[in-house]
Amino acid sequence: MAEKPKAPPSPESSQSKETGASPQPSAGAPAAAPPVKPAVPAAAASPPAQVPLANELTRRYRERFGAAILGALEDRKQPILIVDLSQMLQIARYSRDTERFDLLEDCTAVDWPRREKRFDLVAQLYSFTHNTRLRLKISLGVAEQAYSLAGIWPTANWLEREIFDLFGIEFLGHPGLKRILLPDEWQGHPLRKDYDILQQDTAWVRENLGIESGQ
Amino acid sequence: MHEDATHKTETLLGADELILNMGPQHPSTHGVLRVKLKLDGERVIGSECVIGYLHRGVEKIAENRSYQQFAPYVDRMDYVAAVSNGLGYCEAVEKLLMVEAPPRARVIRTILTELQRIASHLLWLGTHALDIGALTPLFYCMREREEILKIFEKYCGARLTTHAFRIGGLQYEAYDTLEKDVERFCQSFEARVQEYSDLLTGNSIWIGRTRNVGVLNSADCIALGASGPVLRASGVQWDLRKAMPYAAYDQYKFEIPIGTNGDTYDRYIVRIEEMRQSRLICLQAIENIPAGPIMARVGKVLKPPPGEVYHSIESPKGILGYYVVSDGGTQPYRVRIRPPSFVNLQALDKMIRGHLVADVVAIIGTLDIVLGEVDR
Repeated sequence: MAEKPKAPPSPESSQSKETGASPQPSAGAPAAAPPVKPAVPAAAASPPAQVPLANELTRRYRERFGAAILGALEDRKQPILIVDLSQMLQIARYSRDTERFDLLEDCTAVDWPRREKRFDLVAQLYSFTHNTRLRLKISLGVAEQAYSLAGIWPTANWLEREIFDLFGIEFLGHPGLKRILLPDEWQGHPLRKDYDILQQDTAWVRENLGIESGQ
Repeated sequence: MHEDATHKTETLLGADELILNMGPQHPSTHGVLRVKLKLDGERVIGSECVIGYLHRGVEKIAENRSYQQFAPYVDRMDYVAAVSNGLGYCEAVEKLLMVEAPPRARVIRTILTELQRIASHLLWLGTHALDIGALTPLFYCMREREEILKIFEKYCGARLTTHAFRIGGLQYEAYDTLEKDVERFCQSFEARVQEYSDLLTGNSIWIGRTRNVGVLNSADCIALGASGPVLRASGVQWDLRKAMPYAAYDQYKFEIPIGTNGDTYDRYIVRIEEMRQSRLICLQAIENIPAGPIMARVGKVLKPPPGEVYHSIESPKGILGYYVVSDGGTQPYRVRIRPPSFVNLQALDKMIRGHLVADVVAIIGTLDIVLGEVDR
């Protein structure tokens, strides 16, 4: 529902030439549809992107796990379940076995340093049976450890090693948690927000590459 | 060599296990992949992949660039299928912005992406055959791939890292003879695919080197997240272009080729057939490219409303996913790229156990990995 109101203005509005002409479409295009602020196109008039979700699926989850389902919402028509860390393994197992989300398409993390619980662990599930997706989100404090999904979806093995490598999140029950992209001795976790883009492990670079800076 | 996590296995002649280091500078590892093989004589009894040599922190870079500025970087992940990378990224950000590319743009995107799939499979076929010892197909494959790269060059000026698409549509209108060029390529290509097939499909050396090598059944594929031709060769008829159509794929008729055994030979058959299907998609698409604008109404400064989106496409290698989080600013808060090569490579250990060292070369080839994408 979020996308509908935005779609109509697009066809006739912008030029079919090149971006050289792009100051004009925003200023001069006689937009037939509701006037959209030219500078900030999508953000200004659009309906809220995230809406609470209550469908059959979330009802089943809530029925079974009760308070462990902290929230259910829909963002850009994509369903998201926010689940409690302590129940994440049970919920994951239930998702695979009962709801038939047999593929863990992706597993990653997002760092929100200002939040009380700093990390979001995000798992994208896909069901071959129903051709649907579901996103599980788990909030995690900096001192907390997550539970490894590798016992449920073996594909999580490397994905979690990457999260450990780049975010420093540890996974309990992981078959071999160590860095995967960066060198084993590297200090720091680059995808954390407090790790500057120019920052690096200078000691490692000096010692192993024999140069002062890798930049 | 460091001690290995895998426990000691009884060797055939009671001899010591041998640890053999393959790569990172090895022509058959298709880039800087290092595999530590644990051997019993010539038989592989364990392995460990060491990756990251090409890690550039693409996801970190994304957080420090505007949405448009980051688009060229994705081309440099899977650098032999840059167009597909760009398509996935542009569509993901479009979803985040809640805009849709106009129909004309979507069709042109589809044509170029399918050409890119053919080009990627051609490069795979040539190098894979070369790894196994068939020298000839490489030259033929490169010849056809060149035709595709020429079309890319005419369209956007670049051959490999094309940056062909923009968020919201296309920057460049299709050049005058695009349809003709694509048609000419497609007409000649049918016979060419047959030529490769004649060289390899019934070739007893080829069959001997590929059949029952690196078998991965469908349950293992799904458990390990292996996607693309690897999944389809194991008998799962599933393709994101059909399951969750994007671009203009819902308008075209094509088949999803599958294998039965999930071995290296089946993966070869599947990719050959996929090239034929891509050719059919291109032919259907050039029949009717709708007129109209090629760019949706997006501003110069992109500020998606806060939120997140996950969008994935069927890249030549498998599921290529983008998870983009916006905090309402002009730069993405987080871009996560789900690389098919990285996830498929995880299956390598399972596939090579019990095989000979020479088969490891064939199995790395059949996975069709690109290290730029594995390491990002």
